[in-house]
Amino acid sequence: MSLFRIALRSILQRGVASLLTTFSMALGVMLVVAVLSIHGVVSQSFRNNASLGYNMIVGAKGGQEQLVLNTVFYLSKPVENIPYTYYLEFLKREERDRFQASSLMVQCRTALQDSIYLLGAGDGLSGIAIEQGIEKVEMAMLPDTRIKLHHPAVETGRDGKYGLMTDLAIPLCLGDYFGRFRVVGTTPALFDELVYDIENNRKFEFAQGRNLRSHDPEHGFFEAVVGATVARELMISIGQPISPRHGDPEGHAHAQQFTVVGILRPSGTPNDRGVFINMEGFYLMEDHAMPLEEAQPTNGAQQSKIIDKETWQAMQKGKSAAKKAELEKRVIREPLPAEQREITAMLLKVPYQLAPGLENAINEGTQAQAVLPVAVIYGLFEFIVNPIEWTLLVLTAMICVVSAISILVSIYNSMSERRGEIAVMRALGAGRGTVMTIILLEATLLALGGGVLGWLAGHTMCLIAGPWVEQQTGVLVGFLNLLTLPLESVLIPSLMLLAIAVGIWPAISAYRTDVAKSLGK
Amino acid sequence: MLQLRNVQKSYTEPDGSRLPILDIPKFEVASGEQMALVGKSGCGKTTLLHTIAGITRADTGEINIDGIDIAKLSEAGVDKVRADRIGYVFQTFNLLPGFSAFENVLLGMTFARGRKDPQRAKQLLDRVGLSHRATHKPTALSVGEQQRVAVARALANKPSLLLADEPTANIDPRNQQKIVDLIRDTCREESVSLIIVTHSLEVAGQFQRVDRLEEINLVTAAAMAG
Repeated sequence: MSLFRIALRSILQRGVASLLTTFSMALGVMLVVAVLSIHGVVSQSFRNNASLGYNMIVGAKGGQEQLVLNTVFYLSKPVENIPYTYYLEFLKREERDRFQASSLMVQCRTALQDSIYLLGAGDGLSGIAIEQGIEKVEMAMLPDTRIKLHHPAVETGRDGKYGLMTDLAIPLCLGDYFGRFRVVGTTPALFDELVYDIENNRKFEFAQGRNLRSHDPEHGFFEAVVGATVARELMISIGQPISPRHGDPEGHAHAQQFTVVGILRPSGTPNDRGVFINMEGFYLMEDHAMPLEEAQPTNGAQQSKIIDKETWQAMQKGKSAAKKAELEKRVIREPLPAEQREITAMLLKVPYQLAPGLENAINEGTQAQAVLPVAVIYGLFEFIVNPIEWTLLVLTAMICVVSAISILVSIYNSMSERRGEIAVMRALGAGRGTVMTIILLEATLLALGGGVLGWLAGHTMCLIAGPWVEQQTGVLVGFLNLLTLPLESVLIPSLMLLAIAVGIWPAISAYRTDVAKSLGK
Repeated sequence: MLQLRNVQKSYTEPDGSRLPILDIPKFEVASGEQMALVGKSGCGKTTLLHTIAGITRADTGEINIDGIDIAKLSEAGVDKVRADRIGYVFQTFNLLPGFSAFENVLLGMTFARGRKDPQRAKQLLDRVGLSHRATHKPTALSVGEQQRVAVARALANKPSLLLADEPTANIDPRNQQKIVDLIRDTCREESVSLIIVTHSLEVAGQFQRVDRLEEINLVTAAAMAG
């Protein structure tokens, strides 16, 4: 009979105690697997979120972390806004002119030009005379218009100040909610152009429907795309109308409805938890237009169009439903003039070598701040995730120690009743080393049995929770996953070794057994 | 086969003084010889068996088993001699409760040299009349059956000396003789020397040689007769 079999028999003989010890060990290992999986999912989720597809965020001056939390994670309180014209400085000429088409100044100038051309054509004036005429009329009229609008001159026909340094600029307008989820006013570029997973060249994909359009013949400016989590949690389907709430999840519902045209595939990014609406539609909702008389020519960072609930209610007091609907109807006919627009932030993709210079240039100005989100995210990772990671690791270590101690207690407790058996084995010729080996084998078998059971249970738990974790975080977790295996391959054998190591104590006790005293006659 | 020369053993009392237990100038058992050892309770019979088996180390003297003086061996060496050359039958049987009758017999071979021989274990169980109870755990066996398994286990490693410490003390009178017969017969068949410690004059009376242990001196059969 082998020593292994003797150890196994001894374990089986103490069935209940052995079973409880094995369960204790299994529970320990299962918790280790669970803790490592949580750690892996958190880390992977954070890494996914840090893979952005853009390398700079521009927003109102203030805390960098708050800007990143707002813009990347759609968390924290809304930040201040920056002028729309500032955003236009990051566009190239063609796009800039297109986005300025709604400007009152531009519209005013176009109307003047048309009038003078018509006038000149009627009077048979030369082209030069017409140009001079336009210049004179502009000089005479536009300054008044500027004063009236309290807005700097809108210049067309040129690249934005930073346009040539910017590969991609995506504006974000935040402040509204749908359910508990943030509503993000943006352009179709967020899904058409942004490659969020650069390593795998992945853009955001649609599980159903399509991207929102700048202007759709059927829905106008009022299209929405929802993230996977939003769609699942709120059971949203394509074609469903949704009404954002103003300011906070409990705010008043905007009268304007948006039609859901697309549902994003889970990406494991915060966009899973976002509701994206056409920025033009966002501007046209009540209370989102900056009143002309309140618009300031400088530093848009100092003001916000997002008003609190009480103020809004006070403003709305006395307005009839018909009046509100009329107001809503009135503003949806045309895009909001550029002078009345603000954005919360913009996501910039800037050539790597130009990023530091652009960051400095923006930060030296008074209108906005530029942050490099990856650096901030890693800072947050260090600040938030690392302490969690350490806590989990300490927890894991404690679990390991408790599991090991349970084996120690189980074997040690059995020693008093087993001294007789050990003495008999010694009397049959077993050496001290042999009985010590048998006890260590028992500890090993208990550790192995519990370890394997716990490992299987832990990974089965991962397998069962996998779909839910994927839905929540976008991180794939199967029975076996690469998130935990590297740490597992170190921790679980260490736990086993610890359990075996604590078996040395009762093994030494067995080694020291006084045969003559312990032997019945 | 077994020779003891000037073997002394004493224990330390709580007050530090020495309590002599054994003082045996000479004691011999020939190969295949069967003898009984009698004496009052506490006179050191079990200590003598322990000392012969190397479970307890003698303070002084020689203990030769098949020409090997175990008093001079290391503990590991003594363990080896015990495993290879000595069988032990206890008054309380001392079968391991987690093992079947067959496994208990196999255990007797586990610590000895050479290949473990399940066939011999089966033969021994058959010899003691328990082949049909081979898979039973000790708790499922009667005391008489347990002692028979213990005898089979003691002989499993083909020892040259069997030490039986009051093997019939816990057995009902009806089975006592059967156990004694079994031990004597199997030892005879296997050419094993036998020292049986007993309180029973009836058992002792069946042996040609009966030694008495009194006080701390061993009184040999010859001396007893004289």
